[in-house]
Amino acid sequence: MLAWTIYISFLGAVALMALKPGDARGARLTALVTTLAGLACALGGALRFDPKGGLVTVAKASWVPALGLEYHLAVDGISLTLVVLTGLAAVAGVLFSWNVEMRTKEFFAFYLALIGAVYGVFLSFDLFLLFVFYELAIVPKYFLIAIWGSTKREYGAMKLALYSFVGSALVLIGLLAAYVLAGAHTFNLVELAKYPFPREFQMWAFPVVFVGFAILAGLWPFHTWAPTGHVAAPTAASMLLAGVIMKLGAYGCLRVAMVLFPAGLQDWASPFLGLGSWRDVFGALAVFGIVYGAMVALVQKDFKFVIGYSSVSHMGFVMLGLMTLTTIGLSGAVLQMFSHGIIAGLLFGVVGRMVYDRAHTRVLDELEPMRLNRAMPFAAFTFVVGGLASMGMPGFSGFVAELQVLIGAWKAFPTFAVLAGVGILIGVAYTLRAIQKAFFGPGPEELPVAMAGSFEAASDSGALVSVLPPLAIHAIAAPAELASGAGTGLSGGAGSPQAAPDGDSISTPERLGAALLMGTTLLLGIYPRLLLDWIVPAVQSPLFENVLKGGGR
Amino acid sequence: MNYGELLNYVAPEALVTLAALGVLLIDLTTMRGAEWSSRMRTAAWLTILGCAVALGAVVLAPAQTPPDYLSGTGMLALRPLTSMVKVVILALTLCTALITLESNFTDHIGEYFALMLLATAGMLFLVSTENLLLIFVSLELLSLCLYTMTAFNKENLASAEAALKYFLFGGMCAAFLLFGLSLLYGLTAELSLPRIAAKLNGARLDPLLVVAILMVVAGFGFKVAAVPFHLWAPDAYQGAPAPSAALIASGSKVASFFILAKVMMVGLGGVTGSGDWRGFAEGWVPVLALLAALSVVIGNLAAIGQRSVRRLLAYSAVAHAGYVLVGLLANQAADGMASVLFYVTTYALTSVGAFAVVAVVEERSRDDGLSAFAGLSRREPILSFCLMIFMLSLAGIPPLAGFFGKFYLFKAALFNHGPHPLGLLWLIVLALAMSAVSLYYYLQVLKQVFVMPSPEAAPAIRAQPASKVMLVALAGSILVLGCFPNLLLEHILAAIAAGF
Repeated sequence: MLAWTIYISFLGAVALMALKPGDARGARLTALVTTLAGLACALGGALRFDPKGGLVTVAKASWVPALGLEYHLAVDGISLTLVVLTGLAAVAGVLFSWNVEMRTKEFFAFYLALIGAVYGVFLSFDLFLLFVFYELAIVPKYFLIAIWGSTKREYGAMKLALYSFVGSALVLIGLLAAYVLAGAHTFNLVELAKYPFPREFQMWAFPVVFVGFAILAGLWPFHTWAPTGHVAAPTAASMLLAGVIMKLGAYGCLRVAMVLFPAGLQDWASPFLGLGSWRDVFGALAVFGIVYGAMVALVQKDFKFVIGYSSVSHMGFVMLGLMTLTTIGLSGAVLQMFSHGIIAGLLFGVVGRMVYDRAHTRVLDELEPMRLNRAMPFAAFTFVVGGLASMGMPGFSGFVAELQVLIGAWKAFPTFAVLAGVGILIGVAYTLRAIQKAFFGPGPEELPVAMAGSFEAASDSGALVSVLPPLAIHAIAAPAELASGAGTGLSGGAGSPQAAPDGDSISTPERLGAALLMGTTLLLGIYPRLLLDWIVPAVQSPLFENVLKGGGR
Repeated sequence: MNYGELLNYVAPEALVTLAALGVLLIDLTTMRGAEWSSRMRTAAWLTILGCAVALGAVVLAPAQTPPDYLSGTGMLALRPLTSMVKVVILALTLCTALITLESNFTDHIGEYFALMLLATAGMLFLVSTENLLLIFVSLELLSLCLYTMTAFNKENLASAEAALKYFLFGGMCAAFLLFGLSLLYGLTAELSLPRIAAKLNGARLDPLLVVAILMVVAGFGFKVAAVPFHLWAPDAYQGAPAPSAALIASGSKVASFFILAKVMMVGLGGVTGSGDWRGFAEGWVPVLALLAALSVVIGNLAAIGQRSVRRLLAYSAVAHAGYVLVGLLANQAADGMASVLFYVTTYALTSVGAFAVVAVVEERSRDDGLSAFAGLSRREPILSFCLMIFMLSLAGIPPLAGFFGKFYLFKAALFNHGPHPLGLLWLIVLALAMSAVSLYYYLQVLKQVFVMPSPEAAPAIRAQPASKVMLVALAGSILVLGCFPNLLLEHILAAIAAGF
């Protein structure tokens, strides 16, 4: 059942290519049906999953017997959590991309191919297969950003592709070395994990593979592709990038690097600059990422950059949780992966789709006078909810995850836990700043008439209309078929004020997407055991035994 | 000695030669007065027919061991492995003939196809032999035909320049090769590779043998375009007419790598040496390791700045030669040969496809620069999709054949039971790092095709239906071989097990 998530996505991508070139509506519907089917398979598999049952093999077939490569898909609690996350993020992404008009079917074809590859990574238990899916994801990302992106899209896309590819190369080096040392007859994760690699080998293989995956996870200082990439990408791609792709890296760190080479986490012979092991190094980098990401987000002028850097900050929590090597820390990290995936999707959806597509600007100073809380109340509400979740407000999933990570960090490195707490405080600061500037700016009390007048004046003087009045925002159409009673298209700057609309112009697909994501984060905030019941038994399985013992000491 | 029997053993080569003469005859007599396009079509389809018949002869021939006067001296070493390589070479020539349908560069049609078929005959002889003399003669047959084919575009100065560079450089390297081979004969008094190996077995590596090895490597290094013998490649790839460049890039590579592997692994198997990081031992392995390292670095770095797609493909060919050389260093000969063959086959298919697309675009826009490809995905979606498959396979992106091929090459080189496991890790790290660099320039081509908008006065690109069918078949095979590499791999491994 779960393997069908992969197949349906790829079949959907192929089916999309068969559509007529101009058929945007058909493309959207196909994409939506495909992602919903994928989500249904994911949830169906989840319902049948027994957490006490350990690893459940979904598919196993011999692939290249001469090299011991197998097509082996299996699932445990951690994989299942992330598969469900992918399903939700995929559906939300399609809903938030309902207005893509240019080359629609190619957009959704690349999108579905990316989703299929991501499902594949989370379900693979043969390391070669995992690597195949991991690298497969790079190319659709490049095209999604380069063709449909915005700010500096070609640069952002190429940077992302090259960083990811370099990371994959590092991973491949470690995997090849491990495979060859173990006799070159299997790539099965469980079997390779049991093989006693020499300690010296693990001491260099662990950081190499960990860094390879951590590049994609946004660990400082390898994170620089992330803000550029997120800003350059179109909305759905940003949601996927921050929501799911970065989790691919973190998942790889946990599933591959830490499980295969646990001895790499042990203490070194002698400390270096106050750090005693790779665990300390990566824990320090993670905390640095948390604080640095938050501080940089605090000073951003572009709305999307704020969210981009906040992603780096939140992923720092994941990496910190991984380095605690305690059950609570590891499960907090996985829960944070899920939680941040949903929240990042929500935030990017609001910023990219609801705000940018209508206001045509992401600069906070320009958004301030627009008083978007009056113009788009639903968007403001959604962003406030998303912001609260991002800050770690109890009642949302972020709180549970960050709490667990902090408890685990307190046990392992108290100093880092305190610094991470500081990071949370700064997180509150930048989120509130963004909310205030973007939605609750101190604009004039009166709306339509005065602003319409200034709008005419601006266009008469030929000035670049950098400050669209809130009224004009109503006039910007949502997609024709699914707009909920808003005005018609912007009439070329002629400035004649439309009638005051009732309700804002946020379309139904956007509302559905936002509701899906908000509901999920709320549900998990109230009842996190839904996921923790899967995650904790998985973390306590024999696969992670050596990891939890602090590196197999 | 029975000539009839001999012809039986060389049936594919004989059929190809007959086809060459046939095409020449028909073009010069029957099609004398006909107009250019029908002459071209007739000659091309006759060539394709000739290749197909020869292919049939290879596939349907019963397994037979040639009599002692042939196999003892190594003149004709017919094994399942050689049959498999012959099938690949004939298929590649077939594709090259299809590419000529897209191009218009010469009036001397019969001569061109005759040369193409004679080059193919040279390749077929090259892979069936283990005798030093016949290796040299067939290599020369192949090379001379390729030099002339490169010069065939008389209206283009670049074509003549490319051919001259190719010829001069190739002639020198052929001289080196001959000298090296004669030194090998001088050391062992044997011409057949297995017997040379027997004589050299356990011998000390005396200076004469070292010189012989270096010269042989120089000669073959030229054919496979490894650094520092690669200087002919960019100009030849750029100046030659598209089908010639395609044949140089594909068939010639397959044959050259195969014979290089045979000479090194079979003939010089006793003096391999070792290129391990802290375990250097003298032999040919460290030499090839050095060549591989230089090729991957220089090939990839030089390709970054290229504005012409053909030169980009040339430098990428240098880099790929480096990757294949890595596979040759394998400790286990079977693994080494299998990985080399798998990679070279899929690489040749990709090359021929890429050149086919370049031929189509060039023919309409008269320009092989990157900008000629702008917006191709909107003008010709099928062609663009195939080009995407080829470029991504070259970059080593799964699930395409190029990725599995690279993985297998690296695994073969890394896996040894010696005292230094992971000895060649330094080379693998270098190759993977450079492979990451290569993604940049392949994406540059794809960026033009998929991301850039079409220029206003873009000429309509229309490919012949036969070319489209061929391209889709090639792209499909790369995709299928990438997802299910065992389809090809099991045959290769079985053929190798049946005898090297």
